[in-house]
Amino acid sequence: MMAYLAQRVLQSLGVLWAVTVITFALLYLLPADPARLVAGRSATPEVVERVRHELGLDRPILQRYLGYLGGVLQGDLGRSYLQKIQVSELLASRLVPTLELTLAGVLFELLLGIPAGILAALRRGGWLDQGIMLLSFAGVAAPQFALGLLLLYVLAYKLALFPLGGYGGWEHLVLPALALGLAGGGWYARIMRSSMLEVLSQDYVRTARAKGLAGPVVVYKHALRNALLPIVAMIGTDLGTFMGGVVVVESVFGWPGIGQLTWQAIQTVDIPVILGAVTFTALFIVLANLLADLVYPLLDPRVQYR
Amino acid sequence: MVEARTRSKAPVRNPVLRRLFSNRLALVGGVILALLALGAVFAPWLSPYSPTQTNFTALQQPPSSQHLLGTDELGRDILSRILYGARVSLVAGLVSVSLALVLGGIIGLVAGFYGGWLDNLLMRLTDAMLAFPFLVLAIALAAVLGPSLQNTLLAIGIVTTPVFARLVRGQTLAERPREYVQAALALGVGDGRMLLRHLLPNILGPLIVQVSLSTAAAVLAEATLSFLGLGIQPPTPSWGSMLNAARGYLAYAPWMAIFPGLAIFLAVLAFNLIGDGLRDALDPRLKR
Repeated sequence: MMAYLAQRVLQSLGVLWAVTVITFALLYLLPADPARLVAGRSATPEVVERVRHELGLDRPILQRYLGYLGGVLQGDLGRSYLQKIQVSELLASRLVPTLELTLAGVLFELLLGIPAGILAALRRGGWLDQGIMLLSFAGVAAPQFALGLLLLYVLAYKLALFPLGGYGGWEHLVLPALALGLAGGGWYARIMRSSMLEVLSQDYVRTARAKGLAGPVVVYKHALRNALLPIVAMIGTDLGTFMGGVVVVESVFGWPGIGQLTWQAIQTVDIPVILGAVTFTALFIVLANLLADLVYPLLDPRVQYR
Repeated sequence: MVEARTRSKAPVRNPVLRRLFSNRLALVGGVILALLALGAVFAPWLSPYSPTQTNFTALQQPPSSQHLLGTDELGRDILSRILYGARVSLVAGLVSVSLALVLGGIIGLVAGFYGGWLDNLLMRLTDAMLAFPFLVLAIALAAVLGPSLQNTLLAIGIVTTPVFARLVRGQTLAERPREYVQAALALGVGDGRMLLRHLLPNILGPLIVQVSLSTAAAVLAEATLSFLGLGIQPPTPSWGSMLNAARGYLAYAPWMAIFPGLAIFLAVLAFNLIGDGLRDALDPRLKR
């Protein structure tokens, strides 16, 4: 157990280190000169040079990387080019809305996907099954920003059931979370369906049926527990795809989270903010995956700690 | 694998293709894709108007007999822009996935075939890239490279590469101990020939499936980047940037958003359906 834990934590640290290498390398792909970006378009060459020195851009590459790495380790992701404050402060001020949206979105995904998948598996081959599978394909293929606009138009503008975007109480949260949840729900429905079908064909389920247990008891008490395991394993890996959607959906709904921050930084070419947000998201996902891997063996005793 | 089966049984038609054609959903995907491709290729002949010609006497008109899908905020014909936009979307999907296929294919073949420290190094890098969310890394790359068609393709291609590297490596590892590889090794076949003429054709099946699914993701990614203002720049029509322009006029001109959104949806759906159909056709055991 402890060995497995240590190994997984070490692995995650390795990936996080590689993440800092990739993010730092991205800065070098930048065709524009960061010093000039900070100094502004009309700055004289002397000013640009001074800014370059202040930012430490004239130091050798290895020294710069170590400085950057040291900063990241202390939670220092650099300063925004435009708003002269720390990127980490900017991120912290946007963290809560993003966490709310992420939780609500994942909840929607599961609430839509799991029952739909169970229903499809139980009605395998029937019209309900085919309908659900078609909808799940549609959900996966629907671009989240277009879906968001559609929800805004129909449910917020035409029917006036929800506010037209912005941040506030739960009624502001429903539409963006739904835009995120519809796509993921389709994905989970497909996994749940195939997982349920596989479990239902196993011997212990047949035994439970043979000893005369009622259908629903077999399905929900015996089969469901095991069929849910792949879903748990998926939530960790799915978060990566999910966070990509968060950027888009936040910008559509004017949700003041990290995604909107990223989008605003893109518009103003505020590179430290973009890279800071990317680094933070990667950290979040690595941690979520680690957590999923640690929880999984607790749920499924067949999985041995290695 | 697939080829050997075809030759030994020598049926009238390729069984993989036969299974693919008997899959209704895959067929629907194929038809949608064919229509989109025809629209893209023949856009100059099919478009009723120029995709970039502004017309200030016909701003934001709803769909009518003159403008079948309406006009946008500059009076441009939306149908014409969608037809030309299909070129951008399909080219973006195919070019970026080809890039990922070639790069990832080389990395995967080399890592899987040679093994050792090289394999370790390449796979750890791949793992690190996979730790980033696909779209977030594409956004970062595109933002850093600067907005343009080439940079969008490059960004999506690079982000898709680790997926192919992982897949090809796994398949190569599985093929390596097989007799034909060992026989070729014993015959002293050169490494390049070994990888490209012997190994590659035998792992094509799963690769084709991944190409189709990754193209769906790439088309969606291009549309998303363009929507965020990172992709193709105006006045070149792209479905994503059309939707971006539409968001300001949602209340009075919803058709500006509906049709490009529908186009993206259909293109992504088509590639997903084909990919899924191909997977079932190549591996009938998985068929439910």
